[in-house]
Parts: sequence; C-alpha cells; structure tokens
Amino acid sequence: MRYIDEFRDGALALEIAERIRKEATRPLRLMEVCGTHTMAIARHGIKGLLPENLRLISGPGCPVCVTPQGQIDQFIELGKSADTILTTFGDMIRVPGTHSNLEAERARGADVRVVYSPLDAITIAEENPGKRVIFFGIGFETTTPAIALAILEAWKKGLPNFFVLSAHKLIPPAMTALASDPEVGIEGFICPGHVSSIIGSEAYQPIAREYGIPCVVTGFEPLDILQAIHMLVKQAMEGRAEVEVQYSRAVSQYGNLAATKCVYTAFDVVDTEWRGIGVIPVSGLALRPEFAAYDASKFLPEYVPSPGNKACECGLILKGLKSPSDCKAFGRVCTPENPLGPCMVSNEGACAAEFRYSGGRL
Amino acid sequence: MKDDIILLAHGAGGKKSADLIGGLFLKHFGNPTLNVLGDSAIIRNGAHTLAFTTDSFVVDPLFFPGGDIGKLAICGTVNDLAAAGAQPIALSAAFILEEGLEFEVLERIVDSMSRTASEVGVSIVTGDTKVVPRGSADRMFINTSGIGLLPAQEYPSPERACVGDIVILSGTIGDHGMAVMTCREGIRFSSEIMSDCAPLNDLVAKMLEASPSIHCLRDPTRGGLAATLNEIASQSGVCIEIEEEKIPANEDVRVACELLGIDPLHVANEGKMLVIVPAQDAEAVLSALREHPLGERAAIIGRVHSEPTGRVHLKTSMGSLRILDIPAGDLLPRIC
Repeated sequence: MRYIDEFRDGALALEIAERIRKEATRPLRLMEVCGTHTMAIARHGIKGLLPENLRLISGPGCPVCVTPQGQIDQFIELGKSADTILTTFGDMIRVPGTHSNLEAERARGADVRVVYSPLDAITIAEENPGKRVIFFGIGFETTTPAIALAILEAWKKGLPNFFVLSAHKLIPPAMTALASDPEVGIEGFICPGHVSSIIGSEAYQPIAREYGIPCVVTGFEPLDILQAIHMLVKQAMEGRAEVEVQYSRAVSQYGNLAATKCVYTAFDVVDTEWRGIGVIPVSGLALRPEFAAYDASKFLPEYVPSPGNKACECGLILKGLKSPSDCKAFGRVCTPENPLGPCMVSNEGACAAEFRYSGGRL
Repeated sequence: MKDDIILLAHGAGGKKSADLIGGLFLKHFGNPTLNVLGDSAIIRNGAHTLAFTTDSFVVDPLFFPGGDIGKLAICGTVNDLAAAGAQPIALSAAFILEEGLEFEVLERIVDSMSRTASEVGVSIVTGDTKVVPRGSADRMFINTSGIGLLPAQEYPSPERACVGDIVILSGTIGDHGMAVMTCREGIRFSSEIMSDCAPLNDLVAKMLEASPSIHCLRDPTRGGLAATLNEIASQSGVCIEIEEEKIPANEDVRVACELLGIDPLHVANEGKMLVIVPAQDAEAVLSALREHPLGERAAIIGRVHSEPTGRVHLKTSMGSLRILDIPAGDLLPRIC
C-alpha cells in the first residue's frame, strides 16, 4: 500500500527503537490519548520494542468507550417507540449501557441502523417522513464536524424528523484534567492525529506552556508513533516542553478552520460526563438554542450524570495509578461482557486486555 | 450482560458463536463424533471412512464479484469435506425461498450451482424446497450437505497439530469478506475486489499426494484466519506463531481493510486452505500448492510451538510479538 507500507518498515522501526533505548536514560511516563493510537500500538506490538523504563499509559481511549451508560440508556429508550429509527456509527452497537446495548435492542425489534456518515441519517429521515430519525452524536473533534454539517443540512432542508442526541467529547479539556492532576505525573502526551487535523497543533500550547508537559502530534502508523515517542524522549531529556508535530502530512498549526466553524455554528461547549471518569468541565458539546428543533434530548427527562459505580476504578487505571487487578470489580462484576468502565469496554483497554490474557504478557 | 436472545454476533464465527456451540449445542447434542468440531464429521462404517458435513448460506447480496450464493453453497460444503481430506461423493441442496423471488434469479443461481458441482465432479442427489411468505426470509437461503470418502486411514484433523509443524496458507486472505462487504456498502476502488470462492477438493487431493501425513486442514471462513488458527491452537493444545509479513494479501483488500479499520486476519475466505504439516513435508506440500492454479500464492506463514497452549502469536512487521485473538463478533468499521 503506497503511503502506508513506507511507514511500516521493520528495519527502520528497530533503528528508532534503538535510539529511544539509548536516549531514555531515566524512567518516563508517556500517555497516548487516542484510542486509535492504543489500537495501533497493540496491533503492531510497539510496546515490545520499547525499553523497560518507558511506560506508555493508555488515556481515555475512543469516544464510544467514554460515552456514559446513562446516555446509552437514553438512546435505547428513544428507540422503544415504534415511530423511531435509531441511527449510529457501527462501533457503538455493542457498547453496553446499564442493562442492554443497541445490538440486543435491534434483536428485540428496535429499528437500529448503522450508518457510515451522519448524512446517511439525513437520507433515511427524508425517506421515512412518518418516523423520527435520531442520530447518536458521538465522537471527538474528528467526527463532530460531519454531525454539525448534518444538523445544518437538516436546518437548510427544513427537515422536521431528524434529531441528534449529542454525546460529543472534546479532547483538550480531558488532557488538561489529566495534566493538572499532580498524582498522574505524565511526562509527555502522544497527541491524537485525526483530532489535531481538525483543531490544529496550537490547541495543545496551554498544556505544554502551563503544565510543562511535552506534546507531540502524531499519525497512526508504527513509524509515526515510534518517531513521536523518540521526539518526546528527546524533549524530556533536554528539559523542553513544546508542541511538536510529527504528523505534518496531515496536521497544521490551526487545523481545519471550515470544519471548526461548522462545529461551533451548531454546538455550544458544555460540561459533560465521561464513563468511569465523571464530569469534566467544558469537555462536551450540546446543540445551540437556534437548533433546538433538532435536539433529541428534548424527548427525554433532563440528563443527570450517573453517580457511577463506586467499585469502578477506571479513573485511576486510566491515569496509570492503579493496575486492573487492583480494582475490586475487575473480573468479578466487571468483565468484557458486562463492563463498568471504559478500560473494560474497549477491546484494547487495559482491563479488557488483562482480563483476556490473565496477566500473560508478551 | 447475559444474552437472553440470539444476536447477529452469535452467527459471526467469533467468540459468541463458540459460546453458543459449546454452551448449548454440545450440551444437548454432544457425542464423540460431533465433539471434535471439525469442518466435517468423520464416520467409520466397515471398511470405509466417510466425511459428512452441512452448511447454510444466507449471503446478501445474492450476486457479488467473483461468485453468487449458489457457487458459494457448493464450494462451502465441498471445502468442508476437503478440509477433512475427503473427496466429495454426493451433495444435497435445500432451498428456502421468499415469496416473490424472481424465477430468473433462482434459475441463474441453480445454474451456477450446477456448473460448480460439475467442475468438482460431484452430483446433487437429493434436495428440498420450501417457500415462505414475503418478509419471512431475505429472498433465498440455501442449505447444502455433503458426503465424502476418506482415502487413507490417517486423516487431517484440527487436534493433530504438533510442536515443530509448519503452517502453510494456500493464498491471499480476506478476498471473499471484503468483496461482499464493499459490494454491500457500495464502496468502490479502482479495481473491483473479487471473492476467492472456489472448490478446493482438487487442491487438497494434490496436497495429500505430496504428503499423506498432513496434520490439519481448515478453510478459514467466518472469523477469518485468526479464528481458524485459534481453534486449532486450542484443540491441539499448542501455540501457533505466524509472521505478519509472510501472510499473502491482495493490495486492494489490504487498502479496503485499512480504510474500514478491519483486520484482514478476521475477514472470511471461501477458497483458501490452512495447512499444518510436519516440517519434513512442508516444501513438498508448498510446491504441490504452487503448481495448482488455486494455490499459486501459497506461502509458509508460521510454525507450531508448545507454550502457551491455546494461543496464537503474531510476529508483526515491526519485529515484535502480539497475541492474535478471535474477533468478538460481526465485523464493524470503526469511527475512531
């Protein structure tokens, strides 16, 4: 594959790994924030190439994993009325709410349709004028512009039966929450590539400046990630804390301004709940009052963030302060089939991985 | 969340399928012949050893690049027999048709079945037809069963992989699954992805001529190569290590998988055979495969180790090892 195989050169990977090994002369804790990075790190076995003293901590992960149970329950509830078609991205299908998930609800008779683009949900709404078509608005900054665009499109068309249940999340506020926690002690952020192509590398300046944490924006191929780790090691060893862009083939300083404009035309920033973590200030998006007609939350009682399961220690595990087996819920009430927090929901989450391989580490 | 109803994932060949088979079907039907869970059941009857198998086909769309439901229904059953090392001697065909199905569509599919069966050299000797009201089935479903004859006393079986054995794959992975998925979702590439759907009985006969002591043969259909390798590792009580860079895959399939965030190792194949063979016979089997039109891109992809049992390890192109797990359910494209 052109433009992909070049970034999977095993010999070059070993060379970069060797440089990392030589230059990382003290223990370091780096965090990859994005679930796709976590996936790529697992898929290409990158941890196996790194020295023992370099620890990669998996951050909040993918947007589906951090969608709180309460909001999944709400979406399921909306689908119980016969005049409703639920539309969603495919990876939400198996994520469990409190008692069920969308896959099981579909089997029970709910009309749940997987779409690749929120604009497909607009088409479904046009084809089914007698039904309300509700799209589950999940995703970080990468997917949000397309959903904002769908709302604007529905508004332009005066479509009366298209709605969005917004569970969107913003990455920089979550990183700030992690950075400001002295216990966590992150010494470098591997910043997400896709998100940064929208928001630009400038978005991480406050984290580098105010918290003194090096940030490197990187792509998703193994050489991208290894090079980013090398750049973070270099910054840490030289005592620098800057925002650097390894993924310059996709990410600019200010990102995609048209996409950002679209997002803030449709959405306002609000506080929001993250599964297993709790409410993080200014980390979510709600439809602006002008677009209230398209807001599916009006069909529901006001959302109250769930107190969360007290037994779940995902918050601490995500921060690398506890390991999965330290959690009392792990393997007992919390399993991949019945997960409490994001570390067990995501296939690549720390808890799911440890559960599957019962500690057998490669 | 305990399942109280059947989900699509129960039929996807991954973990939920395995749970359903183990937790329900084996609980009620369990017997020494079934418990082996091979692609075919092996039945000894006097001097003869027979292989017997059945499979149902529900593919949507009915026609896809490189094949159709009819060709698939013949190949699927012939390949399950072939995976037992058996040559097919008779097939059955049962049709569940939805009211309103076009006659022309049915005839095209039946014609395709007939041509594929002739190619294999086997006859369809019994059958059944049911028509259900509109909406009770998705146009048409086909079930085929097959009986095959095993020539040798020793036959390949998924619990026979031994430490030191070599793992060979007869060709590229992911073609069938991605042909159907890209066709279904209307995703287009510069060249159309073609299903690899093909009968493998002749290919298997040539391999068995080259080495009568092949330990395992499996056709990696639903769940892909990853599921098949995990089944063998678990049934043989061994660890299988394969190398990512040695696994053949067509460029367009790799690109489609990258684009959709799907691991090609989890994607279904309908014309490929996974072969586990004693090391001394590996080269002979590989040559036999490569001389056959359906095995031109055959490759040695790994080796059988002792520990940890029941695991599959993948040596990545980066040179590190990771665990290759079975897919959890239906393949879903990722947004993130």
